[in-house]
Amino acid sequence: MPSVSVDIREPHEDSALQTPAWQHGVLDPQGPIAAAERTILLNATVIMLAVVVPVILMTLAFAWWFRAGNKWARRLPEWAWSGPVEVTVWAIPTLVVLFLGGIAWIGAHDLDPARPLASKAAPLEVQVVSLDWKWLFIYPAQGVASVNRLVVPAGTPLRLQLTSASVMNSFFVPQLGSQIYTMPGMTTTLHLQADRPGSYAGLSAQFSGDGFSDMRFDAVALPAAAFAQWLASARADPDTLDAPAYTALARPGVAASAATFGHVAPGMFKAILATSVKQATPAPSMAME
Amino acid sequence: MFGRLTWDAFPVHDPIPLFAAGFVLLVLAGVLLLVTVKGWWPTLWRDWITSVDHKRVGVMYVLLALVMLVRGFIDALMMRSQLALAAGHAPGYLPPAHYDQIFSAHGTIMIFFVGMTFMVGLMNFAVPLQIGARDVAFPVLNSVSFWLTAAGVLLVNVSLVVGEFARTGWLAYPPLSELAFSPGVGVDYYLWALQISGVGTLLSGINLTTTILKMRTPGMGYSRMPIFTWTALASNLLIIAAFPILTATLGMLLLDRYLGFHFFTNEAGGNAMMYVNLIWAWGHPEVYILILPAFGIFSEVIATFSGKPLFGYRSMAIATMAICMLSFMVWLHHFFTMGAGADVNGFFGIATTIIAVPTGVKIFNWLFTLYGGTLRFETPLLWAIGFIVTFVVGGASGVLLAIPPADFQLHNSLFLVAHFHNVIIGGVVFGAFAGYTYWFPKAFGFRLHDGLGKAVFWCWFIGFWLAFLPLYALGLMGATRRMQHYPETGWQPFMVVALVGALVILAGIVLTGVQLVVSVRARERLRDANGDPWDGRTLEWATRSPPPAWNFGVLPQVSGLDEFWEAKRCNGGALVAARGEGARPLQVPRPSALGVVLAFFAFVAGFALVWHILWLAGLALSCIVVACLLRAWQTEHEVELNAADIAGRDGARP
Repeated sequence: MPSVSVDIREPHEDSALQTPAWQHGVLDPQGPIAAAERTILLNATVIMLAVVVPVILMTLAFAWWFRAGNKWARRLPEWAWSGPVEVTVWAIPTLVVLFLGGIAWIGAHDLDPARPLASKAAPLEVQVVSLDWKWLFIYPAQGVASVNRLVVPAGTPLRLQLTSASVMNSFFVPQLGSQIYTMPGMTTTLHLQADRPGSYAGLSAQFSGDGFSDMRFDAVALPAAAFAQWLASARADPDTLDAPAYTALARPGVAASAATFGHVAPGMFKAILATSVKQATPAPSMAME
Repeated sequence: MFGRLTWDAFPVHDPIPLFAAGFVLLVLAGVLLLVTVKGWWPTLWRDWITSVDHKRVGVMYVLLALVMLVRGFIDALMMRSQLALAAGHAPGYLPPAHYDQIFSAHGTIMIFFVGMTFMVGLMNFAVPLQIGARDVAFPVLNSVSFWLTAAGVLLVNVSLVVGEFARTGWLAYPPLSELAFSPGVGVDYYLWALQISGVGTLLSGINLTTTILKMRTPGMGYSRMPIFTWTALASNLLIIAAFPILTATLGMLLLDRYLGFHFFTNEAGGNAMMYVNLIWAWGHPEVYILILPAFGIFSEVIATFSGKPLFGYRSMAIATMAICMLSFMVWLHHFFTMGAGADVNGFFGIATTIIAVPTGVKIFNWLFTLYGGTLRFETPLLWAIGFIVTFVVGGASGVLLAIPPADFQLHNSLFLVAHFHNVIIGGVVFGAFAGYTYWFPKAFGFRLHDGLGKAVFWCWFIGFWLAFLPLYALGLMGATRRMQHYPETGWQPFMVVALVGALVILAGIVLTGVQLVVSVRARERLRDANGDPWDGRTLEWATRSPPPAWNFGVLPQVSGLDEFWEAKRCNGGALVAARGEGARPLQVPRPSALGVVLAFFAFVAGFALVWHILWLAGLALSCIVVACLLRAWQTEHEVELNAADIAGRDGARP
């Protein structure tokens, strides 16, 4: 039985928590994906409000005007069908849906999580593993790893490969955009980018057990120079992420604070993918890649 | 002897469940004592527990739903108060192990044992009356369905005291719900409760579908069926198509947990995504099983209280069946965020938005039913207008979530939570209360107190918006569902407002009880003397209130839509008798204890399986088989009533 010690996290020093609540949600995008998604969100809302608001007003107006006590109202007690009205009531929602369906189709393709971002810079590869109940970020090219802190260079596209070591979770940084599930034995792919330096709150959006609420992490975007500096300091960390270190990390529990590993055993991500399915069955390919 | 059941299963150290259990047992003991002292047992046994009369079964369904609404709502209050407290470093008062059970139980109870149960109850009560039938097609099976639902309810509530409930969320996604991650009995309680009540629901769906297809009174073609009956038909067809998927899916999870299968496990080739697909192949039709009857109720209420026929009846029927079909083609929108790929997501996004077309048509048709009417603002109409205003917002937020890139941002957020409460409270709950108020006089012969009914409406209406507007906002701020605490203190004011909203709804629920008591006491003043308190349009209002066990002594001949309305206009409300009616004696089914007996043993079997008490499970299952066999050998199922009996007990109306 996995048990969790619910220790309260260290006080958050991030500026994100001190700013007003509105300023770090999906309406305050800090990357191209989140910005495009906010545009779709707002456009679709406006299109629907154009129908919804008149409907609400008409409902209230009709209800008030045709009240039994109103002697001015013209009653139509037999009026139950009208060709033009029928055509109109089928046409209005159909037109709205044609419009929104177009947005849905184009949006699903333009903002497909697996689609690489257009950029001159080469994407940074990060492998993401959800554990009970913490996040492991492996930088395969750089050979370092980090727990509960995703440090990235600002203005550079990210290519995230995600899996889970135990149950399903959903990787989500609201200000950077699109969330995606992490699932054991399977990998999902997500492309994101942070435009500006800053610290953005990240979380799991899929319930994963008793320590779920503490699966918070920080996505920290740094200027290129600062990122290089961070990498250097991370590499200086004496800890190595190898099989024993991973086994200790994977034990159910909440991470007390962020940690780094200066070295990562090669093929760690593949090994995690394989161990989470325990036996040598090929990973199901249904939702993948 | 007792499998895995030990004294540790009882929460002797946990004050909240202990207190809750003590309170429930006290109330139960009080009720039993009252029944015994007053000598009500024979009546209770004969007229209710063993009754196979669709009206009484319907009333019991609704009563069960109201009781479970209280249980589910207490869960809601606990969640809202936990989240109002647990900001920053505050842990709140509910540890995760307890909090996780509460939100799982809340969802399970509200969907299965409040929404479903309420709607099935109203359909059971009203559909046979509306189509001029004397009962449902299989009256004893109807009683079995109800009692199996009650057995599921009992199992869920027992988990409060003995052991624990699932800590997985109301859909119990694997691998979290597999033995490796949920070794306790919680998921087993969830699974067995839903398996038992699910069989009841499926049987009820078959029963009502058969009733509507085969037992309409002479002359009532499909184009003359009241619109509520249309929506009931759509809903029950969905039950027949969708519930076997649920039973099979949960059955596979049971095999994983009990016999070491690997359908959805991480290892040995299992695939949890299969479960997610299957559960939503049931789960999406499920929400239409709930909402379609509510649409039907609003259609009846709006037409009745406008004094007009429903506008665009054919459009309404077509839209209902269109929703019925489309609801099976959209399940993937519940997991756009699992990386299915752009074409698949795009397809399901479009399919989902298409459902907004027939739904929009319905809204407009209600609007034009109001137009030119003479509106009487009785309580049911208030619920209906509150519904339109609330539901269009919930529908719009739903269409938003149907657009994959928007869903990538809002999936599993409190925005989503606000959306589905917006459609379920604004649609299903408002519809249930409208139907409850509308048909109450038909069931009991007196109306519910009007002023208190309106107070209940305003509490729910205002309370809903107070509770869920902040959740929409929080979702946009990045707050996710099922959190037990959160570091962002900026979210706390919104959580507090949501708690206040929940308290306003609480006032509405309390007032529902007050309304019932006050109405019973003032029943002489609220008496429905002629069986038609609202100036109704459909056949149920042509019977006296409450109707006799056989509903119609003489089956009416139907020659148009709104038959009773036409009869009132043309010949003082007297219906034309169908040919050959009145000559034959009536067959009325005898009461049967089969339902309650089967449900008792089903409950025992479920409980025994949860705790791995195999001998007891085997014994209970054998008893079920024996009870069915005994029933099969019974020959006298009906009582015959001749014309004199009927005339003597049927009153003036046919």
